[in-house]
Amino acid sequence: MNAPGVDRRLLKPARDVGITGYGAYIPRFRLPAKEVARVWKGGQGGLPVKEKAVSGIDEDVITMSIEAARNALARGQVDPSMIRAVWVGSESHPYSVKPTSTVVAEAIGATPHTQAADWQFACKAGTEAVQAAIGFVGSGMADYALSIGMDTAQGRPGDALEYTTGAGGAAILLGPADDSLAIFEGSYSYATDTPDFWRRADEKYPEHGERFTGEPAYFKHIQEAGSALMQTLGRRPEDFRYAVFHQPNTKFPQRAAKSLGFKPEQIETGLLAPVIGNTYAGSALVGLTAILDEAAPGDRILLVSYGSGAGSDAFSLVATERLPQRRGLAPSTREYIARRTEIDYATYARYRGKLTLS
Amino acid sequence: MHQSVFVLGVGMTPVAEHWGTSLRELALEAMRAAIADAGGVQPQALYVANALAPILSGQSHLGALLADFAGLDGIEASTVEAAGASGGLAVRQACLALEAGAFETAMVVGVEKVTDRVGSGLDAALSVWSDADYEAVHGLTATSQAALVMRRYLHEHGAPSDALAGFSLTAHRNAVGNANAMFRRAITLEDYARAGMVSDPVNLYDAAPLADGAAAVLLGRSTVSRVPDRASVRVLGTASATARLAIHDQPDPLSLPAAAISAERALQSAGITRDDIDLFELHDSYSIYAALALEAAGFAARGQGWQMARNGTIALEGKLPLTTFGGSKARGEAGGATGAYQVVEVTLQIQDRAGASQVRGARIGMAQCLGGAGATAATTILTQAQGVP
Repeated sequence: MNAPGVDRRLLKPARDVGITGYGAYIPRFRLPAKEVARVWKGGQGGLPVKEKAVSGIDEDVITMSIEAARNALARGQVDPSMIRAVWVGSESHPYSVKPTSTVVAEAIGATPHTQAADWQFACKAGTEAVQAAIGFVGSGMADYALSIGMDTAQGRPGDALEYTTGAGGAAILLGPADDSLAIFEGSYSYATDTPDFWRRADEKYPEHGERFTGEPAYFKHIQEAGSALMQTLGRRPEDFRYAVFHQPNTKFPQRAAKSLGFKPEQIETGLLAPVIGNTYAGSALVGLTAILDEAAPGDRILLVSYGSGAGSDAFSLVATERLPQRRGLAPSTREYIARRTEIDYATYARYRGKLTLS
Repeated sequence: MHQSVFVLGVGMTPVAEHWGTSLRELALEAMRAAIADAGGVQPQALYVANALAPILSGQSHLGALLADFAGLDGIEASTVEAAGASGGLAVRQACLALEAGAFETAMVVGVEKVTDRVGSGLDAALSVWSDADYEAVHGLTATSQAALVMRRYLHEHGAPSDALAGFSLTAHRNAVGNANAMFRRAITLEDYARAGMVSDPVNLYDAAPLADGAAAVLLGRSTVSRVPDRASVRVLGTASATARLAIHDQPDPLSLPAAAISAERALQSAGITRDDIDLFELHDSYSIYAALALEAAGFAARGQGWQMARNGTIALEGKLPLTTFGGSKARGEAGGATGAYQVVEVTLQIQDRAGASQVRGARIGMAQCLGGAGATAATTILTQAQGVP
């Protein structure tokens, strides 16, 4: 509840909420972008990332969400029966109808006294679930809620997106501030009807508006959300030790950071797209996990997601004394990135089910 | 000779990806600018130059649309369509109507809105400029058509692979000072050599970027008062011609017969020779068409057009400056609006209002736009009219 005099655009819960536990998951397979260029462009042209993470043949958003959720629980040291919501944001839910979240909730032992739901909003489905969980916990309705952003993103063979559509994501266990590794100072959401990228029902692959996905879509929403959050909190870029933005490729978050007044060293830790690609609903959140893996108590972190269609969620977090004590309880994000098996395009095509006559 | 027709005012928008601006808003911006530039003179007729609105925006009947949107209730208004030559042809139609005494004033507005579509949908839309039954149906695009012609040109005339680079370099250099240009960055020969192939041998710098834009020209008879503190610009000659639509039907694919005929007729009606021309805004939708247009208009011998791009002749300070505001390559290609942009630019040159793009002492300028691969050509010659009432 905002105190008098506070900008009403700022989202601020009745009681302070934090991140009690967090966990990343990135599958081991890597498809180098130059391999995509070899197959589709005769090896020519620029590469938007170095390589992307690819899910294995027995992995999907459910299994990957469970991996990340278990890591979050390990760091959170919370009895899963205390969790009142399991929310999974993705654009790669294995089922059109039947929740991912119920399977995840069952697997981690959060059932049956829990809310469970799937979220979709292109690449910001994960942070949307975080925003909602702040309300759930911040209102006192629940002590713990688990929000997950996870994707095995789809890119049409030969499309510009195929270089970057990656797999991975993160689970964020939200809880009361006094049991948190980092505390939310405030958040903000910005949304417009901007059709830059979409996948219609029954289509396997998304379509996009080419260059339209840049300036009026990604950049506008990230900048508006980032600057509105800083303005309403009275913060400036130099107040943040770290910043992480949705990262559809290497250049976009670098440019967005610069335009908001951030320096390269502030985004370096969370910028994972060059080595895992765009993990869509997991993208900004998995970047956040890499920051939490190294942040010191008192460090302030800015996170701004972006989802096509379009909207951005922005969060300001401050790390607590508990962060260094508990982060070693699960594998770090960099460890997942280092666990790397390179595959060729043919193997990728098999793993991702692209060998179809259509 | 259009002795009685003058340019009263001009206006244009930048050529750009105007994602937030609709077709009618773009046109209105240019129209209002031209009316303001003319000191508030209102048009009695409206000629809209547009080639793609029916297929890309689902909108035809642009005459009524824009007359309505601009508050020009009741005036005569129609669309002139000849693919990329629409703008020049609309100027000619307006001049003919004024000369016939049908109106005292008439406005030409060229407008094109292309960025609402992307990918193959846009390519398919652009193929309506070719012969649907015999070219488009086989998948021929404007770019692959230009590639066929350019390949043949380089082969027949023994020209090196970078023979046409100078057209692109000149266009980019001239656009640096043009606030309405899409690409305001000079490029080097190395940039050109490194550019990716679009359709071999047409590389990225041989092909103009298609984008949104609108340009307006307000024309009037000599009886209409003109803004006093600047040079009067008179329409000295206009002409348009056609050639065979499909390039495989052309007896000589390395000539632009419509361009040659329209240039010759325009010069004749103007009563001048090509040596009197101080600058030439030609239609460089692809660099090969710049070389062919120079040859068609008689500025270069057959097979020699590319040489002019290598010896400084076409620079702002050269003997025959081309694409002085960046041309289609760097100002941006605006489809059916291109001819209107060219006439605006020539007017600014003659009135010494061209800023960084100014050709010193420009008195007579020629504009020529091409439809498709040159099946329509429309040529306009403007002059400074000192002492003419």
